Parts: sequence; C-alpha cells; structure tokens
Amino acid sequence: MGKTTVAASLALLAAKRGRRTLLCEVDAKGDVADLFETGPTKFAEREVQPGLWAMSMDTEASLRQYLALQLKLPLVARVGPLARMFDFVGSAAPGVKEIVTVGKLCWEVRERHYDCVVVDAAASGHIVSQLASPQAINSLVQVGLVRQQTGWMLDILSNPATTSVVVVTTPEEMPITETIELRERLAAETTVSLAAIVVNRVLPELFGRAEEAVFDALDAPRPVELLERELGGPAQPLLDAARLMVTMRRTRTSHLERLRDALGGAVPLLYVPFIFTRTHGLRSTRQVAEALSAELGY
Amino acid sequence: MEALLAAREIVITCGSGGVGKTTTAAAAAAMAAVHHGGKVLVLTVDPAKRLASALGIGGFGNQATRVPDAAFAAAGVAPRGELWAAMLDTRQSWDDLVRRHAPDRDTERRILENPLYQNIAGRFVQSHDYIAMERLYELHSEGTYDLIVVDTPPTRNALDFIEAPQRMAEFFRSRLLKMLIVPYRSRLVNMASRPFYQIADRILGSQFLQDIAEFFILFQTMYEGFVERATAVERLLQDKRTTFVVVSTLETAPVREAEFFIRVLHDKGFHLGGLILNKTLPTYLLDEVAGRRAAALVESAGDLAEGDLAAEVDAAPGVLERVLQEVGENFRNLLVVAQREAAERDDLAAIPEVVVTVEEFSSDIYDIAGLMRLGERIWS
Repeated sequence: MGKTTVAASLALLAAKRGRRTLLCEVDAKGDVADLFETGPTKFAEREVQPGLWAMSMDTEASLRQYLALQLKLPLVARVGPLARMFDFVGSAAPGVKEIVTVGKLCWEVRERHYDCVVVDAAASGHIVSQLASPQAINSLVQVGLVRQQTGWMLDILSNPATTSVVVVTTPEEMPITETIELRERLAAETTVSLAAIVVNRVLPELFGRAEEAVFDALDAPRPVELLERELGGPAQPLLDAARLMVTMRRTRTSHLERLRDALGGAVPLLYVPFIFTRTHGLRSTRQVAEALSAELGY
Repeated sequence: MEALLAAREIVITCGSGGVGKTTTAAAAAAMAAVHHGGKVLVLTVDPAKRLASALGIGGFGNQATRVPDAAFAAAGVAPRGELWAAMLDTRQSWDDLVRRHAPDRDTERRILENPLYQNIAGRFVQSHDYIAMERLYELHSEGTYDLIVVDTPPTRNALDFIEAPQRMAEFFRSRLLKMLIVPYRSRLVNMASRPFYQIADRILGSQFLQDIAEFFILFQTMYEGFVERATAVERLLQDKRTTFVVVSTLETAPVREAEFFIRVLHDKGFHLGGLILNKTLPTYLLDEVAGRRAAALVESAGDLAEGDLAAEVDAAPGVLERVLQEVGENFRNLLVVAQREAAERDDLAAIPEVVVTVEEFSSDIYDIAGLMRLGERIWS
C-alpha cells in the first residue's frame, strides 16, 4: 500500500513544518532507511533529516528501557533474566508484547520528547490487536505496575487530540474492502480515532471528455499512419499505453467510489498520486510529502 | 505450475500484502479442480475475509463449503473435480484443539474458562499462526482432499506461520515455563524469598501470575499432544508433498519481502515450488526506442496538431495537442515503471525454477470466470 512511504512522508512534512518529529517503524524491514537514503534504523533514534528522528521498534530493548525507568530496584544485573521471562510470557500471554510497543510510543508522547510521533504500524490484520492491547491487559491484570501503566496509555490513545490512526490504502478492490473493514474494527474494538484515509498511488487522469473523444478518433488506422510518418516508427504502442492507463484508472475509480459511499463523508480522504520515478528514495518521499501537504491545504 | 499442482498435496502461497496472494491461491485451486479433478480445498488463514469475495460466495467458516458447479457453469467451465473453500476460525479451532488434547472433561472446562485462554484464542495475534498449521495438518490427515491450497498472512507473519509449530513445542519444553509454575504448584517454595518472583510480582501482580501459572499448569496436561502434533506438523511442511509458492508484484517493497521469504524457505529446507509475479505491466512498454518516439511526440505535439492529423480526427488543435502530449508523457511514465519492474524481476527471478508472470488485468477478479482467466495465466 506504500504504508511506510506515507508514514515517512507525513513525518517529513511535520518536521518541515517545524515540529520535532519521531518516526517509528514497528515491523522494521529497512524501508525507512531506503526512503531517507540513510543507514538502517535502530531502537535508539537517530536524526535522519533536520528535525526528524527515526527508530525501529525492538520489544526487548523497549522492555529494558521501561524497566530501567520505572522500577526503582537495583535492576541492572537482573534485567537479562527478567527480559527473558517477559519475552517468554509475551509469547503466550496476549497483549504483553504489544503493550511494550504501544507503551514505548505513548511514553515518548507523554514525556513530550517530540511534538509529533509518527508510527509505521503493523499490517491491517494486526493493528487492531496492538491498539487494543491496553484494554486486553486491563482485563487480565488486576494489580501491579503493568496495570498502573495501562491507564495513562489509554488516556493518550483515546484522546483524539493526541492520537489518531491514518489508514493507507490503494484504489484497488481488496485494499479498499479491507480499509472499510478496518474502519469498522477500529471503531468497535479500540478507543483510537480515525483521522484520515490516505489513498495512495492514484493514477493520473489523462483525458477530459473532449480529449477522450479525440483520443478514440486517433486510435484508428489512418491517424496512426499519419503519426507514424511524423515519428518515424510504430505509434500503436504509445496509444495502447494510453488506453491501458485510461482503463486502469477507470477500474480504480470505481473502488474509490465504493470507499466514498462507505464513509459517507465521515472521514477525510487524502489523495497521493502514483509517483513515476526510477527508484524509491528521498526524492519520491519528498514528492509524496508535497502531495500530502497540498491535500491538507498547507 | 500445472505440473507442480499435479505433483503436490499441499501448496502454500506466501508473499507480502496486496500482491494478489489470496486470489492466486483461489485461482490455482480452481484450475486444479477443473483440470486435474478430485477434491481441491482452498484454505485462507488471513484475518481479513478476502477469499469469500474472490470466490463469489459469502460467509464461509471453519466448515469447508463447496463452490457450486453453477458458479463454474456461469464461467463456461465444467470442472472434473470439486472446489471447496474454508476460512480459518481461530477461536473455534482452538476450542477443538483443547477438546482433543485435554486429559479429562474437568481440565477441558477449566482451560476453556481461564481468562488467559479466552484472550489467547480470541485476540492473541500469533495464535493464528499455530492454529492455521494445526488446521492444515488436520485437514490433510483427514485425507478428504487431493490438494489443499493454503493462503497465508503477509510475509513476516507467514514466517511465524511456518515456525509456529516449532515455537509451540519449544514453549512447552521451556525451563522458564517450569520456573514460572513451580511456586504455584508447590507451596514449599516461599515466593517472597525469591527476588525473581518478587520483581515479577511487582510488574504483573500476583493475580495475573497466578492466572498465568494456572493456565500453563492446565496447558501442560496437553503437553504430550501438543509437542507430538507440532513435530508432525513441521514434518508435513518439510515433506515433499508440500510446496511453497511465493507471490509478489514487481514493486520494491513486496520484492524485498519475496526475497526474504525465498531465503528463509531455502535456509529451513522447505520446498520452493515457484514464483508468481503478479500485476506486472505489459512487456511492450519496455522499449527505449518507443520512449524516444514518445518524447518526440511531446515535443512536436503542437506542430502535429496543426497539420493533416487535426483534419483526419476532426479535432480542435488545442485539444489534439493536449491529447498527443498526454499520450507521449504517459508512455514515458509507464516506461520508467516498466524499467523499474524489469530490474526487480532480474533480481528476483534468478532464484526459483518456475517463474510465472501475470500481467495486470484490466478488470477485477470477483467470480469464477475471473479466477479461471487468472488460472490460465499461471497454469503453464
């Protein structure tokens, strides 16, 4: 869907607008490094652009940090076995690993280390369990430090002025269907609000109505012959490519309409055009950021 | 792909999200049912309920549902065999599993009522992975189907998916599990005397620790069954009757995931049957000379729009100029994407023996006819 690209571009945009920004890759695949043409991201954040820090989530490192900050026991020596225990409990008990991820990010927000924290989250099938993990923990753990922690996390997650989800999709059948489902699940199973849906890779509209009629007339033996005489070679592939684009765009538009119908205007839609560049790097990240900036009316 | 489907009993498709994995799995299963005959099942384990729409049947659950012959007839084909579809119901499958492995009724009831269990079966993300493998094993050993095509969650999760049985076995063998359970099982150990438990208690609270311990004690009664099963599942995945098909588009991120997946399959000794490159651009776009012609068209659009061409197509020069410019620019744009795709293809296609390329369809696949069209492309 270009989820990471959109997250990176939003972070870049926020930083450009003077906000101290943290970009966190939860399921790190090294994409953020490529998008900013920088080395691999680690748990310790690093400034990758002016005002923009990037990190990748590491549940064990996050737990260590948490224990060091929250427990007033001389723990340094015991963090190892504890982390292993936590990891172990985490592979069985629901929400434990998720809470460490969500907790770290909420903590960055609470401590006001950054003005803006952008999270490139897990895929749509899993994001709901991640965002619902404080409630899951709440229902299981009645006392103790973890329980005390979930309260303020829920406050941060549930406040639409502080936290919201941006869903990234493309105008294709399955992604649109999943987006509609995800919106329903977010509302039903989490307390987090949905700020916007970014529709990525929107294909260009080549022709208006008058132009399309001319294009249809052009795509005939005699005009093609005239074109070929001018160009000194086959013109049909050029016309076929235009036809292909028109068809692809038309199919995608029908899915966009389905999305609009399902949303009924309740959620803002932001459109990002398909970027025709040779490789993905800082240049395309900037292009997407500019498109988002325009959509947001900046 | 035809030979691959004929020779295997289990085909597992994997790849990143949005590459058309589910549809590909369904298309492969439909083709096998039509041409090879027998009973073919397509099993989706994806949390998103996608397959139903691709198959044109609504709401199927843990029970396999037969895709009606009428759906094939509507697509103009008469299948030699039967196509069945099932979607994994995690909760239901966990309950079944507990019923099968629990030593007695009382243990079964206590596990099912334990708050931790209810969360694991309902919400816990990775429980999906284990249960999917378990279900696959179950379906395969029932021997009802000649071929099972399994659609997996996106890559990183699909990796969890193949490792899940082993992780489950390791989990039950773990020394940590015993450590955690001991103080609750035996009252002889004084909890307060142990700093380890003290800290654990401070973090999680004793009630939660007790819930965990009870849950694990109960679960341990199913230890034998689980470990045995996990080992059998893993053996099945590595068996020569099972093959993996990696699906990817030629975009950067999915390609990287496909490479990752191919590497892992290789390292772990799983069989990589083939690679399906989906939604690719047509090859005629990959033409530098035509690209230069397109550039020339953009350049000379103004002149061309003034000449014979305008009379021929009966268009106002301004409109014609814009059309010609768009046609030229569009080709150059698509050429860039086609070149990008070609570079990715070269990187990726070097690895497996079978590589199938499927061009972008001009319309969506929402019925059997669509699946058959896609199926024809991957068949040979």
